[in-house]
Amino acid sequence: MSTPTLAPAARPAGRRRRTVHGVTPPGYPVRALKGVVLLICCAVVVMPFVAVISTSLAAQPQIDAAGGYVLWPDNPNLDAYRAIFANGVVTRALAVSIGITVVGTLLSLACTALLAYSLSRPGSFGAKPLLLVVLFTLLFSPGMIPSYLMVKQLGLLDSYWSLILPVLINGFNVIIVRSFFLDLPQDVLDSARIDGAGEFSTFVRIVLPLSKAVLAVTGLFYAVAYWNSFFSALLYINDTAKWPMQLVLRTYVVDNASIGAQSGDITGEFLPAPQSLQMAILVTSIVPILVVYPFLQRHFAKGILVGAVKG
Amino acid sequence: MAPLGIKDSPATTGSSPQRPGDGATSAARSRRPLRRRDRLRRDSFLLLLGLPGIAAVILFQYIPLAGNVIAFKDYQPYVGIVESPWVGLANFSVIFNGDPDFLNALANTLILSFLQVVFVFPVPIALALLLNSLLNERIKRAVQSVLYLPHFMSWVIVVAIFQHMLGNGGLVNMWLRARGMEGFSLIGDPELFKALITSQVVWKDAGWGTILFLAALSRIDVELYEASAVDGASRLRQLWHVTLPGIKGIIVLLLILKLGDVLTVGFEQIYLQQGPVGLEASEVLDTYVYTNGVVGGNWGVAAAVGLVKGVIGVILVLGANKIAHLFGERGVYSR
Repeated sequence: MSTPTLAPAARPAGRRRRTVHGVTPPGYPVRALKGVVLLICCAVVVMPFVAVISTSLAAQPQIDAAGGYVLWPDNPNLDAYRAIFANGVVTRALAVSIGITVVGTLLSLACTALLAYSLSRPGSFGAKPLLLVVLFTLLFSPGMIPSYLMVKQLGLLDSYWSLILPVLINGFNVIIVRSFFLDLPQDVLDSARIDGAGEFSTFVRIVLPLSKAVLAVTGLFYAVAYWNSFFSALLYINDTAKWPMQLVLRTYVVDNASIGAQSGDITGEFLPAPQSLQMAILVTSIVPILVVYPFLQRHFAKGILVGAVKG
Repeated sequence: MAPLGIKDSPATTGSSPQRPGDGATSAARSRRPLRRRDRLRRDSFLLLLGLPGIAAVILFQYIPLAGNVIAFKDYQPYVGIVESPWVGLANFSVIFNGDPDFLNALANTLILSFLQVVFVFPVPIALALLLNSLLNERIKRAVQSVLYLPHFMSWVIVVAIFQHMLGNGGLVNMWLRARGMEGFSLIGDPELFKALITSQVVWKDAGWGTILFLAALSRIDVELYEASAVDGASRLRQLWHVTLPGIKGIIVLLLILKLGDVLTVGFEQIYLQQGPVGLEASEVLDTYVYTNGVVGGNWGVAAAVGLVKGVIGVILVLGANKIAHLFGERGVYSR
C-alpha cells in the first residue's frame, strides 16, 4: 500500500469522503490513539534492553545511588565486561556456545539443503514417502524421556554432539528450502543436466548460488536456535565445564549465584557492582542475536518465510 | 494430503519420470514410464545426498518413538530397554488413580493453556490489524522490527530480563520505592505465577505472532474494500465483513495447532522460575516428566505420562482438523 490512490469517493449523507484503497483514513483522534498504543508497545520491548545495557556499562557510584539499575549510564565504562571475561567460567561458556553454534549451523544447513534438494527433484524415486517422513516430525515429538535415553544409548551424554545431532534437521526448515528449490526455474537445471552436469554439480554450481537468500535465512534460524538452546544442555550436559552460555546465564543471572565466589582470578582493586556483572553477562548472550537480527529482518521483508507457509 | 500448503511441482504427479539430461532422449523410452528398479538406479545418488538428513531424522525422531515402550516396562538403566521386565499398565496408574502430584501438574497445564488461548492468542491479531491499518510503510516496518525482536531471545534471557526489571529488587520496584510508592511482588508470588507466565509469553511472542496474520491481511483483495466503500460501508463494517473473513482461515489454523499444544506449556520458561514459587503453583506436565524421569529416575512413569500427553496432542490436532473441515475451513491439511 505504499502508493495511495484515490478511489472514486462514495458520498453518503452528501459528504465527500476520500478513501485510500477503499478504506477511509481515520480522523486525527484515532490516528493519535494508534500512535500512542504503538509507542507504548515499542517502549515495553525496547526499554528493558536499554536498562540492561546501561546498567552493564554504568559506574559503581551511579548504580549505588540509583539503587541497582540505571536507564542511562553517566560515565560508561567496560569494567564489568573486563571482570566477566577475566572469569574463566564465562569465557569458556562463550567459547562452547560459539563452537556449537558455528559447527551446528554449518552441519544443519548442509544436511537440510541436501535433503531438501533430494526431495525436490520431480518424479524422483522415493521422494514422496521421504517427504512424508519429514512432514510427520512436525506433528509429533518422540517425547523427552525416549529422546534422552536415545542420546544416552549412543554414548553422547556430556558430549557436545548431544547439542547438535538431535536437532540437526528441523522439518520445517526442510519444507521451506524445498519449496524454494521447487520454485527455481527448472529449465536452468535441465539445461545444466543436458550439458552433462551430474546431480551434485548441478546442486553446487546452479542450485546453491540461486538459493543464497533462503539458505541465509534458514542458516540464521538454525544459528539462533543453537545459540539459544538451553534445554538440551540441561538434559545432556552434566559437566559444568562444558556448559554453554545459556546455562551460565541461568546460574548467575536468573538464580543469582554469586559471581565473585566462583572466580578466584578476577583482577583489579574492586569488583564492579553485582548488577553490572549480571547485566554484562546478559548483554554478552544478547549481542550475537542483535548482530544477526538485521540480516534476519531483511529477509522477513522479502517474505521468503511466509511464502512457504501459505495457509 | 497437502499439509501447510506444501507445493508440489506438477511434474511430480505426471506419469513420466523421464527427465532431460538422463542421457536417453530416444522417443521410444520417453513414452513409457521407467520401472521402479530403473528409477531407483537413476536416483540413487540423489537419495545418497539426502541420506545424512534422513538418517538424523530417523535416529532422533523415529527410533526414540519406539523407546516409548518403556512406558510399559520397569525400566532399569543398567539392564537396558530390551531386558527390562514388562509391567503392563502399572506405570499409567498415576494417571488412572489420580496421583495428586500428577493431577496438580495437569490442572496447572490446562489452566495455563486456557489463559494463553484467552489472553495471548488474540493479541497478535489485534496488533496485526493495527499494523495493517498504518498507511506509512516505513513506520510499519520500523515497528515490526522492534516487536519481532523478543521472539529471538532465549527463555533464559527473557526470564532474566523480567526478574531484573520487575522483580522485588528490580528496576521498576526500585523506581517506585524511591518515589515513596509501594512496590509490588509479581515475581516469586505463587498467586501471580500464572499471570507472570502469561505476560512473558505476550512480551516474547505477540509481535512475532503477527507475521502470519499480516501475510493473510496483505492478500485480501483491495477491490473488496473499494467495492464495500462504494456500497457505503464504514471502517468498522469493512473490518467485520472484509478483513476478518479474510484472515479467518489462518485464525482457525493457528487455533487448531494451539489445541494440539494444549498439554504443552513452555518447559524452559516454567522450569526456570519454579524455584521461588514452589511446585504446587508451577508444576506442569513437562516439568513433571522431567523431574520424575531424568531427575528422579522413575523412567517408566515419566515415559507413560509423556506418551499419553503426546498421543492426546496428536488426537486433538486431528480431531480439531476434522471439526474445521465440517465447518468448511481448510484446517492444517486439506482432505
